[in-house]
Amino acid sequence: MKFDKPRSLGEALSILADAELEPHLLAGGTDLLVEIDTGRTAPPHVVDIWGIPELHGIQREAEGVRIGSLTTCTELYRDARTPDILRDAAWEVGAEQIRNRATIGGNLGTASPAADLTPVLFALGATVRLCARRGDRDLSARQFITGYRSNALRPSELIHSVWIPDRPDDERRAFRKVGTRRAQSISKLVVAVAFRIEGEVVIACRGGAGSVAPRTIDLPVLTREILGRRCTPERIAHAARMSAALDCAPVDDVRSTALYRREVFARVLVDLLSR
Amino acid sequence: MIQFRLNGEAVSVDAHPMARLLSVLRRDLRLTGTKEGCGEGECGACSVVVDGKVVNSCLIPMSQIDGTEVLTIEGSGHANIQDHFLAEGGTQCGICTPGMIMATRAFLEDAEATGAAIDEDSVRAALAGNLCRCTGYGKIVAAVLAAARTEGDA
Repeated sequence: MKFDKPRSLGEALSILADAELEPHLLAGGTDLLVEIDTGRTAPPHVVDIWGIPELHGIQREAEGVRIGSLTTCTELYRDARTPDILRDAAWEVGAEQIRNRATIGGNLGTASPAADLTPVLFALGATVRLCARRGDRDLSARQFITGYRSNALRPSELIHSVWIPDRPDDERRAFRKVGTRRAQSISKLVVAVAFRIEGEVVIACRGGAGSVAPRTIDLPVLTREILGRRCTPERIAHAARMSAALDCAPVDDVRSTALYRREVFARVLVDLLSR
Repeated sequence: MIQFRLNGEAVSVDAHPMARLLSVLRRDLRLTGTKEGCGEGECGACSVVVDGKVVNSCLIPMSQIDGTEVLTIEGSGHANIQDHFLAEGGTQCGICTPGMIMATRAFLEDAEATGAAIDEDSVRAALAGNLCRCTGYGKIVAAVLAAARTEGDA
């Protein structure tokens, strides 16, 4: 195994640009070390980016907040600049030992369908900045995730940061993770929504969900069924059922069944939208 | 060579950068107080403190230990916590105990630094990453609360 530990962003981008074997990026290690230890992955080239200062930390920008890709879940949930539902998700990722190492960029990069932070980034309309020696590009979180454990990252790129636009004052946000137990579990399903109501009419609604499809999904059917409508209990229940039927594509696996996931997804959605 | 401070003393080890901290502690440095349970970040038996933060040593590659300060159960400064685990019956078979002690130490030091409340809920949250199959946790929580009460005068 070839191994590199760049100390700056520039050095990392040069290593990636010149790499001959497809490099595997190492952030906080909570996924990759298990993958290697169990033999599921044997990367020919590991680039440990943990020591790159530019990729750590949270910064205010003119119209949003920029979160470095190596910002840990502990740093996220403790920072008042982190949007509330992202703090909730960061807290529920795992116990303190995991939160101290798991990063927002790692959660995106692994692209697990069970990722806890990614559905929240979908609901918040977040943008992912990718860096390469040849230049940067910004993708929506939705565009970044391309399939089951796959993403839009090229071998020469790394995830630089996540940008989250400032939230409207009247936005309502909610997050729910359902697992086997409250602490330290991988989700059976995870749902995040951000929506606005004016009078009784829904004027904005964006959602994200995990563990209910082969990838993190957005919820276009939910949005279609509720946007511009009066937010009655009947409408919410209908929209939630439609979303469960059409947005979700769950499977049976070790953690749960497709039937359970669809049913509980709809119920959680009703609860989150009724607050 | 990877150089770091271990329980207050400078050490350097010749380890692969992707070697797990847990393996280096137990096999190379013969510090077997840190236990291996699941080996995949679920159980917390291998908890150690790195730069003041509790982590699972089974998930930390040695490349990320270079230049850090590592504290294990063999280090000093946890005597008060250990005394209370004994007094309250917070340990039975013992395999989770080193991890529990290290998570407790990080929690109490963090609470002191931030002024965060120490109560049953916060203790249970702080130890949520440490599994115990013997005690049912009640006596562990009691031990941590007792240790917190006396930490200042220990």
